[in-house]
Amino acid sequence: MAKEVTKLVHEYLRHDKKFPHVWCPGCGNGIVLGALIRAIDRLGLEKDEIVLASGIGCSGRMPVYADFNTLHTTHGRCLTFATGVKLANPALTVITVMGDGDATAIGGNHFIHAARRNLDLTAIIINNQIYGMTGGQFSPTTPYGSHASTARYGHIEHAFSISELAVTAGASFVARATVYHATLIEDMIKKSIENGGFGVVEVISNCHTEYGRRNNMADPVTMLQWMKEHAVTVEKAGKMSPEELAGKFTVGVLADVKKPVYTEEYEKIRKRAGAPKAGERA
Amino acid sequence: MSGNLPNRRLIQGNEAIVEGALAAGCRFFAGYPITPASEISEILSARMPEVGGTFIQMEDEIASMGAIIGASLAGTKSMTATSGPGFSLMQENLGFACIAEVPCVVVNVMRGGPSTGLPTSPAQGDVMQARWGTHGDHPIIVLAVSTVLDSFEITVRAFNLSEKYRVPVIILSDEVVAHTRETVSLPAWEDLEVTDRISPDTPPEWYVPYEGSSSGVPDMAAFGKGYRYHVTGLVHDVRGFPTQRPEEIEAFTSRLFRKISQGFHEIQKVETVFMEDAETAVIAYGSVARSAHRAVIMGRSQGLRVGLLKLVTLFPFPRRLVEPVLHQCKAVLVPEMNMGQISREVNRVNSSACRVIKHNRFDGQLITPEELMPRIEKMTS
Ligand SMILES: Cc1ncc(C[n+]2csc(CCOP(=O)(O)OP(=O)(O)O)c2C)c(N)n1
Ligand code: SF4
Repeated sequence: MAKEVTKLVHEYLRHDKKFPHVWCPGCGNGIVLGALIRAIDRLGLEKDEIVLASGIGCSGRMPVYADFNTLHTTHGRCLTFATGVKLANPALTVITVMGDGDATAIGGNHFIHAARRNLDLTAIIINNQIYGMTGGQFSPTTPYGSHASTARYGHIEHAFSISELAVTAGASFVARATVYHATLIEDMIKKSIENGGFGVVEVISNCHTEYGRRNNMADPVTMLQWMKEHAVTVEKAGKMSPEELAGKFTVGVLADVKKPVYTEEYEKIRKRAGAPKAGERA
Repeated sequence: MSGNLPNRRLIQGNEAIVEGALAAGCRFFAGYPITPASEISEILSARMPEVGGTFIQMEDEIASMGAIIGASLAGTKSMTATSGPGFSLMQENLGFACIAEVPCVVVNVMRGGPSTGLPTSPAQGDVMQARWGTHGDHPIIVLAVSTVLDSFEITVRAFNLSEKYRVPVIILSDEVVAHTRETVSLPAWEDLEVTDRISPDTPPEWYVPYEGSSSGVPDMAAFGKGYRYHVTGLVHDVRGFPTQRPEEIEAFTSRLFRKISQGFHEIQKVETVFMEDAETAVIAYGSVARSAHRAVIMGRSQGLRVGLLKLVTLFPFPRRLVEPVLHQCKAVLVPEMNMGQISREVNRVNSSACRVIKHNRFDGQLITPEELMPRIEKMTS
């Protein structure tokens, strides 16, 4: 059984951080933070062993509230910092949280290469289909035809599918959830950490302030309703025709495979090069 | 095999940087191939695993810079190496290392620029970029190397300063120094003075991560050691949390500068040759300092009272060491493989009657002693 909320709050949120947080009331980011904390609690990980790193954006403000080793990096570059942390101390559990713009526009190159390398860390991507923090400009996941502060006549570009991109790039674990499916997020984060390779958990989230407002979904409830209506589980989608699936997206596990993990491979290289054992290293 | 390689060796400047880094305790390197710095990556891909460290080739230089910051936060001394185009890409994350006070060393083996420029020719065009390349007010240390032995020793020094002051240190090399082979005697690791960052010894609940002591340099806890704290590129308060309070912002930025200015005596370094009775001097750095050294010896053999001031520290500009030379000499010659970058600094600090004469070459060729001679003769007469 999950601990009561207050217990988790006391245990995992920072006592010395001045609240309130920076997010708009009803923002999906808080739901993701809650799911992350529950997943970590269920895994029984030590707070000292966790590094939570983020990029820049509303999503990027998450680490400051959590009582881990936290790192708020530069826009799009969070995975590169996380790579250094993980390689310098593979005993740490490294989790990154990024926005859709952060991870797939400015940080797109780092994202596909981290997946290809199969570095053992988990990348949570909060996909609210917009640049929230900077005021609603379109992102690589903004749907065709929708409106953004830099797409006043309707968006003419086509959206990335983040999870499918991650699968193609070689991530060991890939899953999608939405902030409507809060317990699914928690399960997927837990599974991703357990996989032990590069894991991606894409969470479709609501930015009613910057996206919803411009696209006839000005409040969080309407946006969550939309998620509920358009999400189809991977299992169910397998039995549906392409026509039935039009306009829908899948939630659940999209990839869960075992591949050689970077840190383990590198340890083998050290052995081949004749390195002294970990304890004896100069 | 681990540790030191045999003492007397014929090596190139890039290799000496590698050995200096390993001797200083660097155990993490991330880089992206670029001429004329690639040998540093190539050699480290073999040497790092030998000593139990990590080498990774990243997808670009932005990533390389991010990775070395991450490694340093996890408690490992780290370095990257590049040339002009890659150095440009590193600038944003370099600023992160400045504001979050993350020790790390960045080697820029300079080639002709701007843009792709002259990939295989030496230049010194990145001097001001090294000082001011990342945006915003920030302190940074920039050191120049001019020989293979320098490349070893100054790399050790770069790590020591970076660790002590919690600031990124840039090493400026150039294509000539990088690819010149010389026989050098490298000191044994145990004979070197190596500085490590100070880790907190207070209980975690008392740790205030960005509270500077009298030195202005806060103790640095590595991730995973029980001190859970926040690191950000936003201006932050002493606890590491973002702040917008004017008094906290001012205190923060002032401390960043104070910690460096309090260390000027140790950070700023120059070397002098024949300066005791010199009436004129050449002020040079990098591979040009070698040509200048030769020219000064030639001048002395002709009876000219000329000396050399070789700059090892370019920034913070060693004003207190340059000013006496300007007061002593009636003229100084500042040869550079650029349009004149350090000569601006020399002019800036010049409050005497000394003439500051520029000598600039930007055709991808090294400045030779022979071309300096007539300038020295003229300045001396
Ligand atoms: C190099 C750089 N370019 C631009 C910005 C401005 N910027 C800050 S956040 C952001 C986009 C945020 O969108 P997203 O990553 O989707 O995250 P969200 O705010 O929606 O959570 C941008 C463009 C920046 N901080 N750095
Ligand atoms: S702007 Fe959007 S993403 Fe940012 S806090 Fe508000 S609702 Fe959340």
